[in-house]
Amino acid sequence: MSIAILSLIGVFFFPLWQITLDAAQFPEGLRMDIWINKISGSSKNIIQNVNILNHYIGMQYIEPDSIKELKYFPYVNIGLIVLGVLAFIINKKWSYLLWVILVAVLGALGIYDFYLWLYDYGHNLDPMAPIKIPGMTYMPPLLGEKDLLNFYVTSYPAIGGILLGVATISGAFAFLSYKKPKRKYY
Amino acid sequence: MKTKFITPIAAISVSLFAMSCGQQASTEKVVTGNAAEKAYVAPGEHDEFYAFMSGGYSGQITAYGLPSGRLLKEIPVFSMYPENGYGYSEETKPIFNTSYGHVPWDDSHHIELSQTDGEFDGRWLFVNGNNTPRIARVDLSTFETVEILEIPDVAGLHCAPFITENSEYLVSGTRFSVPIPQKDVPIETYKENFSGLINYVSVDPEHGHMELAFQIEMPGFNYDLARNGKGKSHGWSFLTTYNSEQAHSLLEVNASQKDKDLMAIINWKKAEEYLAEGKFTERETSYYHNLMDEETGIVSSKEMKKTKILNPADCPDMVYFIPVPKSPHGCDVDPTGEYIVGNGKLSADMSVYSYTKIMKAIEEKNFDGEIDGIPVINYEAGLHGILEKPGLGPLHTEFDGRGNAYTTFFISSEVVKWDVETKEILDRQPTFYSPGHLVIPGGETKKPDGKYLVAMNKITKDRYLPTGPELAHSAQLFDISGEKMELILDFPTKGEPHYAQAISADKVKPNAVKFYDIAQNKHPYATLGERKSRVEREGNEVHVYMTAIRSHLAPDNIEGVKVGDKVYFHLTNLEQDWDVPHGFAVQGATNAELLVMPGQTRTLLWEPNRVGVFAFYCTDFCSALHQEMSGYVRVSPKDSDVELKWGLNEALRNNQEAANKFYEKQKQEREGLASSNK
Repeated sequence: MSIAILSLIGVFFFPLWQITLDAAQFPEGLRMDIWINKISGSSKNIIQNVNILNHYIGMQYIEPDSIKELKYFPYVNIGLIVLGVLAFIINKKWSYLLWVILVAVLGALGIYDFYLWLYDYGHNLDPMAPIKIPGMTYMPPLLGEKDLLNFYVTSYPAIGGILLGVATISGAFAFLSYKKPKRKYY
Repeated sequence: MKTKFITPIAAISVSLFAMSCGQQASTEKVVTGNAAEKAYVAPGEHDEFYAFMSGGYSGQITAYGLPSGRLLKEIPVFSMYPENGYGYSEETKPIFNTSYGHVPWDDSHHIELSQTDGEFDGRWLFVNGNNTPRIARVDLSTFETVEILEIPDVAGLHCAPFITENSEYLVSGTRFSVPIPQKDVPIETYKENFSGLINYVSVDPEHGHMELAFQIEMPGFNYDLARNGKGKSHGWSFLTTYNSEQAHSLLEVNASQKDKDLMAIINWKKAEEYLAEGKFTERETSYYHNLMDEETGIVSSKEMKKTKILNPADCPDMVYFIPVPKSPHGCDVDPTGEYIVGNGKLSADMSVYSYTKIMKAIEEKNFDGEIDGIPVINYEAGLHGILEKPGLGPLHTEFDGRGNAYTTFFISSEVVKWDVETKEILDRQPTFYSPGHLVIPGGETKKPDGKYLVAMNKITKDRYLPTGPELAHSAQLFDISGEKMELILDFPTKGEPHYAQAISADKVKPNAVKFYDIAQNKHPYATLGERKSRVEREGNEVHVYMTAIRSHLAPDNIEGVKVGDKVYFHLTNLEQDWDVPHGFAVQGATNAELLVMPGQTRTLLWEPNRVGVFAFYCTDFCSALHQEMSGYVRVSPKDSDVELKWGLNEALRNNQEAANKFYEKQKQEREGLASSNK
């Protein structure tokens, strides 16, 4: 269980997801690291540079300041950590079960929310975009790789995302391997 | 009867045939099987060395990769460069200011890279301007000329610049002696009225800024080339002179009469002492110092009015002479600092001096007379030995760090390899044709990288495809890592590379700037964001604060400019990524274009002289929609009342508030679009 709690704490220190863009004229590679509270990447100005590339096909600007999830998800995580500590103190089978269910549900909701954002970016295109290819949309894969015009896009969890998974699994393990603490007979 | 003629005819034809065969065979014999492999740098790979070559009469310098011979960049220094607006933009124009006025060309000869402890450190490059005496400094992180210092009261600064082993000073000497200060005298009074000057320019160790520390007054000779001592001989400068005959006309003949000229030997640490003691005279003069500010990219010019002169007659033990045969073209100091090789261009032999012996001769006062109070050291007393008949017309020597010297011979058109200690000649290879100088990476430092040698020739003739009467100068690359020199590449060069210095790529590559950080841009007319783009009028000056980002200029519609206005387009490139420059040109401009790097601001002055609507556009292919990166500026008659207005994709506004409202609205629209889809 402590592993689960520590993993959730670790989510603050590592990016959750990683999207890379590969094209012939970018030998140095382009990578966006999505953290629980910010977006960084392979260079200091990655967001500006990705936005400039995206505007030709009419994709919206990525503006971290207007992505509300980046503001309240950290609190959700803190909440989960606190509840996790609580569950550990209570140390009953049901406390672990509840916690694991909460983490799994919130995690799934988070992934679904991410999917909606990706869908929006990829499909909600400016009708006045200079480059319009009939029928073409630009949603990056939720998980996996695909070609989007001249870019090869990959989308995978980063260490933070893996830690979320570790948290869920260790929590489940704590629940499954729960043993009643032995009563001490004095 | 007939048989008598057959033999001579046969003999003549056979010898003619043999001669022509011999000439054709010479190149084939010279290039061996795996030359191509040695010179090949595969696509996607980088060269091992940067070779920085001077451009001679082009006034610029070039950077080549070795061993591929790839031309990496031409860097403008002393001449205007329309390709990127150097010397045309308002920021860079002042770099050509001199006491003679704005001089936008010069003749650049000698490259000198900054050194730390006798090795190249990859920070700065210094080069001389011959015609209007100047020294320029190039920053090797941006490959841009950032400073030019004029040298006062000298004529023809060929003998320049030569660095000391920790970049303390750049030594130079006047090529031509002239009246100092200048005065109206008959030229034939050369011997009475003309003198020379040797200059020490100090280099600030942190920023590289140059300052004229002091000048030493010298007899009226021609000062040709110099080298500073290293290691044990650090603290001493060696300058060769010619025309000790003091001729002022037909120097070709009259300056070649004496069997020996003189090499000046200067103890600059002693000169520093005299300077500190105040043993100098201050002279009123005029020379310009032009320096680019790092934060704004703007060159500012300052006229300097004083110089400090040291006179050897008042400063004993500072300057000496030693004879050197005959009209020498420079001397070169070997990596140990002990041997000084004199390249006596009109002599059949070469003199090699020993620093230890020179010092001993000075101590023992082994002198043969004096000139203007300067003692002349006994020739034999300072000699290590004479290299006998190495070739004809020695001009320049560099070293490979394994005890060998390589000298160019202009007249016999070859490079000769010889052992410095034993003076044994080890190899000779022809060059095509008539080399001036050569370069070995680090060849003038304590630690040469004796792998490659480039001979820079003065005559090209048939080396490459013909290009009319004017031909590019040829250069040959040799692999000198083995016993014999191997010719591996032959390539044409830009301008006339008089000299070059080559440095390991590892010392320069890591510091190369990819783009300018826009957060550090302190240019007074910078526009740090599209929202701040605007047009302002100050009397008859119109200042356009314009931004460039893929793929539009903002503002791209401007109205209210009038005939007779001075319109300053201040273009800020808002990009912050690698290799995304933007350019700018406007119809009717009588200067050139701007090429602006990411994060940088550059200004072009446009003076419209007719009514109408004129187009401007980005000149550097920056993106798929580069062709659409353009705009219009409307010019109204001088006395019209058309309001000053500007905009991007909207009805033109004439005030900043309205422009801001427009950009705010755009931002909200984007956000609205985002939130309504969640």
